[in-house]
Amino acid sequence: MNVAAIKELLYKVADDQLVIGHRNSEWTGLGPILEEDIAFSSMAQDKLGHAQGCYQILHDLGEANPDQIAFSRKADQFHNCQFVELPNGEYDFSLMRHFLYDHADQIRFEMFANSSFEPLAKLAKKVKGEIKYHVFHGNTWINKLSTANEVSKIRMQTALNESWNYALGIFEAGNFEAELKNEGIFEGENALQNKWLEVVCPLLEKAGLTIPEKSSWEPVLGGRKGYHLAHLEALVAEMSEVFQIDPTATW
Amino acid sequence: MYGNAYIDPNEVNKTHSVLADEDPKLLAEFEARIERGEKIEPKDWMPKEYRKQLIRMIEQHGHSEIIGALPEGTWITRAPGFKRKLALMAKVQDEVGHAQLLYSAAETLGKSREAMINDLITGKSKYSNVFNYPAFTWADACIIAWLIDAGAIINQVANAKGSYGPYCRALDRICTEESFHLKYGHDNVVTLATGTPVQRKMVQEALNRWWPPIMHFFGPSDKISSHTEILMKWKVKMATNDDMRQQFLNMYVPKIWDLGLTVPDANLKKNETTGKWEYTEPDWDEFKRVINGGGPCNAERLAVRRNAEERGRWVREALKAGQTAYVVPFA
Repeated sequence: MNVAAIKELLYKVADDQLVIGHRNSEWTGLGPILEEDIAFSSMAQDKLGHAQGCYQILHDLGEANPDQIAFSRKADQFHNCQFVELPNGEYDFSLMRHFLYDHADQIRFEMFANSSFEPLAKLAKKVKGEIKYHVFHGNTWINKLSTANEVSKIRMQTALNESWNYALGIFEAGNFEAELKNEGIFEGENALQNKWLEVVCPLLEKAGLTIPEKSSWEPVLGGRKGYHLAHLEALVAEMSEVFQIDPTATW
Repeated sequence: MYGNAYIDPNEVNKTHSVLADEDPKLLAEFEARIERGEKIEPKDWMPKEYRKQLIRMIEQHGHSEIIGALPEGTWITRAPGFKRKLALMAKVQDEVGHAQLLYSAAETLGKSREAMINDLITGKSKYSNVFNYPAFTWADACIIAWLIDAGAIINQVANAKGSYGPYCRALDRICTEESFHLKYGHDNVVTLATGTPVQRKMVQEALNRWWPPIMHFFGPSDKISSHTEILMKWKVKMATNDDMRQQFLNMYVPKIWDLGLTVPDANLKKNETTGKWEYTEPDWDEFKRVINGGGPCNAERLAVRRNAEERGRWVREALKAGQTAYVVPFA
């Protein structure tokens, strides 16, 4: 097994989950209806759990423990895509991001369930059962809001336009794509993106939304390599504020 | 979580005149049912005043849950470590779920959720006073989760034995969840109180800040509290403010002392002869000032809630598209 390749893969996936989970949790108490507060909180808890699971595998491979990894690094040590670190904005953007991200997440963990790296395959079998509900939630709301009235339709189309290139950045290639594929650990970002497009495009079209012209597709890259927006720095500072009062203490 | 319902003295004093309009036979049957311990259900006959007081009480309880999510919710993004972050998310999520249950229970009495939330954000209806105080540090959030939830359980376990069926059923479920919050809060406070000197200082300071609001939590002393006999008779209110405060002190002061923490009231002690706790009378003028909008966070809490309502309006409008008829919730 190529440990360096596995670690790179796990770090980016775990960081995605941690950051999107953190963002989802920011809807607590502020959702458009109580039921959505509760839904975003459930998804946030699941994402945190998935992040923790991935960090635990990293710990078993010799990295620091999950709390130290999550709460002690600087922003430029995170490998999440920039899409997940963007602020929640309005509910339209949060929902569109959730829809686009969770479809990628679902396909990714379905691939992981067949991974030759057993700890990941085992984790994925549990995680994908939870992501199923996230996708179900995203599909339901995208469909409802994109077809309800003029305002909601325009909002969802705008959110899609703003999200699209960031969403393509989820699939930024890593340094070990060939190794991961050859060893049967993960099929690779390219395969993931193709499957994702096959799934989300028909759903968005069915909801009456227009997918941005292919000529305008420009994936927002850099996140996987540690290049981030100022938003992540603020998020990380807030997330680790209490933990850093004394990182050696039990909290 | 929740504090004792605030009852406006000017309102309750009108109760007897309001009852004059009720059919004496129906009223007698209604009171006999309550006396026998039967539950009143949404479609049953009830005096107008009973309906009004219950709506107010359940609504206030619901508002307290969603406003209460704000001071604690701000600590979700800062909770130290996965275990605490996950638990706090789940706890605050429960609180929002309680609001959902409670608004549904109040809706069975004829007031819509929308109308209730409008009354909240315009300042017309009240919510528990404790949430008008800030949670300065992580330790404040821990003290809230332990002691405010402890107070809420005392209040809610009592009210769960009340007379209105939908409210009682909602409270039964809420109390089960609250008992987990209490464990969560206690575990947090134990961790801080037995932790590093910095952590111990944090938790003691938080307790000092929260003690006056905790003493206010059960409402004004029975000596000065408004006339609530009829509400007790109708099993809308199940225990007096002072009884609940005594119960709280009896259960939690020893636990606080066990942790080596001090309570910022030199007069606090149990009178072994009477079995009652003695304490410095809380500042009820401060209580009234805060409940009427003069607390440190009233304006901020309502502004946040108002902003959330405004930002979410387009979503609620969109949900109405294609909806044909209003459905009364099942409670």
